Amino acid sequence: MRHLLDTRTLDHATAVRVLDVAEDMADTQSRQVKKLPTLLGKTVVNLFFEDSTRTRISFEAAAKRLSADVINFAAKGSSVSKGESLKDTAQTLQAMGADAVVVRHSASGAPQTLATSGWISAGVVNAGDGTHEHPTQALLDAFTIRKRRYGADSRGKDLSGLRVVIVGDVLHSRVARSNVWLLSTLGAEVTLVTPPTLVPQNVSQWPVRVLFDLEQALAEGPDAVMMLRIQAERMHAAYFPNEREYTRLWGLDALRVERLPEQTIIMHPGPMNRGLEISTEAADSPRSTVLEQVANGVSVRMAVLYLLLAGERDAREGVQ
Amino acid sequence: MSARTVLQEADITRALTRIAHEILESNRGADGLVLLGIPTRGVTLAERLGPIIESISQQPIAVGSLDVTLFRDDLAQHPTRAPKRTDIPEGGIDGKTVVLVDDVLFSGRSIRAALDALGSIGRPSVVRLAILVDRGHRELPIRPDFVGKNIPSARSERVNVRLHELDGTDEVTIEA
Repeated sequence: MRHLLDTRTLDHATAVRVLDVAEDMADTQSRQVKKLPTLLGKTVVNLFFEDSTRTRISFEAAAKRLSADVINFAAKGSSVSKGESLKDTAQTLQAMGADAVVVRHSASGAPQTLATSGWISAGVVNAGDGTHEHPTQALLDAFTIRKRRYGADSRGKDLSGLRVVIVGDVLHSRVARSNVWLLSTLGAEVTLVTPPTLVPQNVSQWPVRVLFDLEQALAEGPDAVMMLRIQAERMHAAYFPNEREYTRLWGLDALRVERLPEQTIIMHPGPMNRGLEISTEAADSPRSTVLEQVANGVSVRMAVLYLLLAGERDAREGVQ
Repeated sequence: MSARTVLQEADITRALTRIAHEILESNRGADGLVLLGIPTRGVTLAERLGPIIESISQQPIAVGSLDVTLFRDDLAQHPTRAPKRTDIPEGGIDGKTVVLVDDVLFSGRSIRAALDALGSIGRPSVVRLAILVDRGHRELPIRPDFVGKNIPSARSERVNVRLHELDGTDEVTIEA
């Protein structure tokens, strides 16, 4: 693997491989000494043009557990706020000898540009770009679903036959997009439940079914229900009348949780808006995987960094 | 490609039986013994050695596997390797006599990685090394404690260990 830019172009074998390596990484995290010498001497730059706490510290933890050096670069308070272009920032990192760049950017496609422009030779990991993709989040979600389903026998398995419902603001959600592609590549049936105002335009070309009625989707007894965060920062229009109405129609409240089959898991990528898209009862119930997702995130990101950086690097393309 | 067979099925079985006796002798019995195979074929060999030692000592022996991929120092010289499973027997390795089991001892670098991997899991009181084939050309100050057979080889030659469980046949061959 040279870069990880999206899950749309990730094939089945590669996806399962990442999840399997993540299993091995997860195993090492239960040892007395959690640090591995694997990426000693490599430098990972976290290049975050958008606010993030959990994704950044998750990548930081993953890189540090593998003994890589980590440089955190947040756009706020940096040269970017003085007007530096993406190109100049990237070339600065190149000059510092970055082996991998983990990038989050508000513009969809920014990681793709970094990876293909020839500005840098480092491997690029997309940590969320605009409303496009957030591939490591989808990988950790798939990992969590597989782990809950198959436990210690997870290795080598995909998600064939499992039914996953994704609920909420699909329009603005890169997490939903990455999950749609990855989960269907892995054989799961994906259903989107979303207010009619928050359905993406091109959804008819996605391998999904779209429902507007949460009750109907939950009545089918899915294997996993993934609640998306209502992203107030991206809501520049009135997509629904008010928060209470959203909660009543599309929120996961205690009553809806109670009616779900016992083995259905409740997922949320965080940060949660408790009382809006997810109730406290749902978030704290034993079927909620919210904290497992955070722990699994470190293992999955270790796997991605390992696959990107550990092996022989193909001829350093594109850099003069 | 000329491949000559240096060990046949009976030779491998005999070598493992002798190693089992030697392990018991050096450990003065089976107390605290943990066999850890290094994937892939070291694990198979450890799984064979375990029952042999059990039948001699009439005591249960803990057998597991120890993957060294993440501790190797030559990762950047090869295409990305997939890590294999590490399976530490219940009871752990603290204060135990750990016998590392591998098929071929060559440069010694896998064993160095294995020692580092052990250090992240616990602190055995003794670590020993059992090897089916020692082909020489060590690059590190590492030596085996129990050897099935010493096979002098040229650096350019390939030593292939094939085992029933994985390859359908039991033999060790050497290829120019």
